[in-house]
Amino acid sequence: MKKDIILKAENISKQYRLGQVGTGTLSHDLNRWWHEIRGKENPYLKIGDTNDRSTKGTSDYVWALQDINFEVERGEVLGIIGKNGAGKSTLLKILSKVTAPTTGSIKSRGRIASLLEVGTGFHGEMTGRENIFLNGAILGMTKKEIASKLDEIIEFSGCERYIDTPVKRYSSGMTVRLAFAVAAFLEPEILIIDEVLAVGDAEFQKKAIGKMQDISRGDGRTVLFVSHNMAAVKSLCTRGVVLEHGKVVFEGDIDSSIEHYLNTEFNKTNIYESYLEPKQPYIQRVEVITNSGSFFHDFNKDLKIKIKLFTPFNLVDPAVSYQIVSSEGIPVVHELNLFKEIPFCNEIGSYELTSQIKKLSLYPGVYKLNIFFADNFLKKRFDNALEACSFEVLLSEKREYYYQKNSAVYKEKETAWTVKKI
Amino acid sequence: MNTSNNTNDWLFEITPKNKFFTLNLKEVWQYRDLLFLFVKRDVITVYKQTVLGPLWYLIQPLFTAITFTIIFNNVAGISTGPVPPFLFNMAGITVWNYFTSCLNGTSNTFASNAGIFGKVYFPRIITPLSVVISNLIKFGIQFLIFVAFYLYYNFQGADLGLNSWVLLFPLLIIMMGILGLGLGMLISSMVTKYRDFSYLVGFGVQLLMYLSAVMYPMELIKTKLPGYGWLVEYNPLAYIIESARYMLLNVGQISLLGLTYTLAVTITVFFVGLLVFNKTEKSFIDTV
Repeated sequence: MKKDIILKAENISKQYRLGQVGTGTLSHDLNRWWHEIRGKENPYLKIGDTNDRSTKGTSDYVWALQDINFEVERGEVLGIIGKNGAGKSTLLKILSKVTAPTTGSIKSRGRIASLLEVGTGFHGEMTGRENIFLNGAILGMTKKEIASKLDEIIEFSGCERYIDTPVKRYSSGMTVRLAFAVAAFLEPEILIIDEVLAVGDAEFQKKAIGKMQDISRGDGRTVLFVSHNMAAVKSLCTRGVVLEHGKVVFEGDIDSSIEHYLNTEFNKTNIYESYLEPKQPYIQRVEVITNSGSFFHDFNKDLKIKIKLFTPFNLVDPAVSYQIVSSEGIPVVHELNLFKEIPFCNEIGSYELTSQIKKLSLYPGVYKLNIFFADNFLKKRFDNALEACSFEVLLSEKREYYYQKNSAVYKEKETAWTVKKI
Repeated sequence: MNTSNNTNDWLFEITPKNKFFTLNLKEVWQYRDLLFLFVKRDVITVYKQTVLGPLWYLIQPLFTAITFTIIFNNVAGISTGPVPPFLFNMAGITVWNYFTSCLNGTSNTFASNAGIFGKVYFPRIITPLSVVISNLIKFGIQFLIFVAFYLYYNFQGADLGLNSWVLLFPLLIIMMGILGLGLGMLISSMVTKYRDFSYLVGFGVQLLMYLSAVMYPMELIKTKLPGYGWLVEYNPLAYIIESARYMLLNVGQISLLGLTYTLAVTITVFFVGLLVFNKTEKSFIDTV
């Protein structure tokens, strides 16, 4: 089968210099230039560490990306996933021509436009209408194209009333809506989208996701999508590339890509481990066990939470509790175990406590745990782990189900509805 | 893997190195609407939320000309020949202002647009071009008051001879714009890495004014300071200003050799600026 490759990345690498620009850079620049005019290779390309922000490197140069190779077919929606600092944004910057790669090349058969961060180039003193034209032109549209879509853009943004008011009087939400509306009506062959879902209110987010699905499914446009929102990636993308420390570690269909990403050792978000010196009682380890064994938990299934505690001395009246906190930081579940209920930590050593929540009925979304370990007799909190483990509740109900994000945290499942006509 | 029908039907390629002198006029033409909108933005937003608004365009050259007249002509006693000193200064200042506003506007292209350059791609040269064009509009407005004073002095009976060289005046202004653009592109590229240059421009432009025959005839420096006259003689800007005054006021002299020299410098500066600018635009976002 012949594939229709629209975009091809060959050995893309990007090197960054760390630290400040000063006299040191001048000497490096001169050295590099001296090598260049003698026809020799750039001496600084040979050095450089892989990009790991947590470890202290030996060199001033790091490779933000190293030997990236991939191909994108026409009409494909490619998800680029990886944790913070894996090189996703650098890759997108290279693809959108904002910065050039250090080595390698990208070949494309279509116009590329990016929706990197919306609202670039808005001018506060100009009206919404003027800014639509300016922003559209910055994104590569011609005046004619914008004029033909102007009404649609204004309608999509929902800012009709303010369209002839200077943008500096807009609320931040309105600015974002207007900006997204302009970008949503771009028509390049390849569209790059980076984390735009995190803007606007619930209603607008739904509209934005819908528009994005239209773009990718309906029009058969090629889309490169970068997001930390695994649910969005899962629903939009057909294929995935997983980046880690600037290298492609996995490439494949979207489900296995997400699975690979979530199962990498570093990304085991469902496990918390402490490396404290055990001089006082502490929380050693917490693990959330979802019904799927991964990050995702199906609605209405049992959730297990394992808490491992360690005490270097005998406790009299210990207590352990945890909260499940919504992504907005609101605690929605609180569970507690006291010594007098089920005894623990009365002797030196480690204890593992397991709490099982039957048929967890939380609304779909991402949740985190807060764990507390204290002693009621000493009136002292030994240790806590805040926003420790995270998991996402998914809902796959049979009936046509309609929900809005942030509209509730708890979904009652055994409510009996009766309707009586009066 | 048999991927594509043939390997050279790519629309474009992104690579680390780029070719020499890629002005890429086709791309600039594609983005002409953006150029127009940038110019519009610059023009309409400069004096927003000011009481006097566009009048500021007029106040600045007017008061500079008055100051120069008092200091250089009344106090220092520089002779401007048959031309009223105020008009003499006004002509020099109007033309000089166009150069400095082009240079100042383009020389911080990268630094002041880092936010937008870091997010979307469009031909970067659009930004300095828009500065040169919007300043041309500003120059047009300032030139109009010069014309107004010119007519006023004419009615007063001053000996003002317009000569046929004035037909070349637009070319002179375009040359000045290109010189400012070239120099600005050069400096803006260097500022991305070494901020020292932005300080250099700040006072350098002021010093340059004294070497550019703005408030005195070129002839004067040669006779009064023969040892340092070459400083002015090798300055292409001095020829532009001296020629502009000759065209508009029929004062001073026009030197074909000097103008050819100026044109050569302008073309060289422009292409060197373009080369450096193109080299910088590819990765400046990493260093800015």
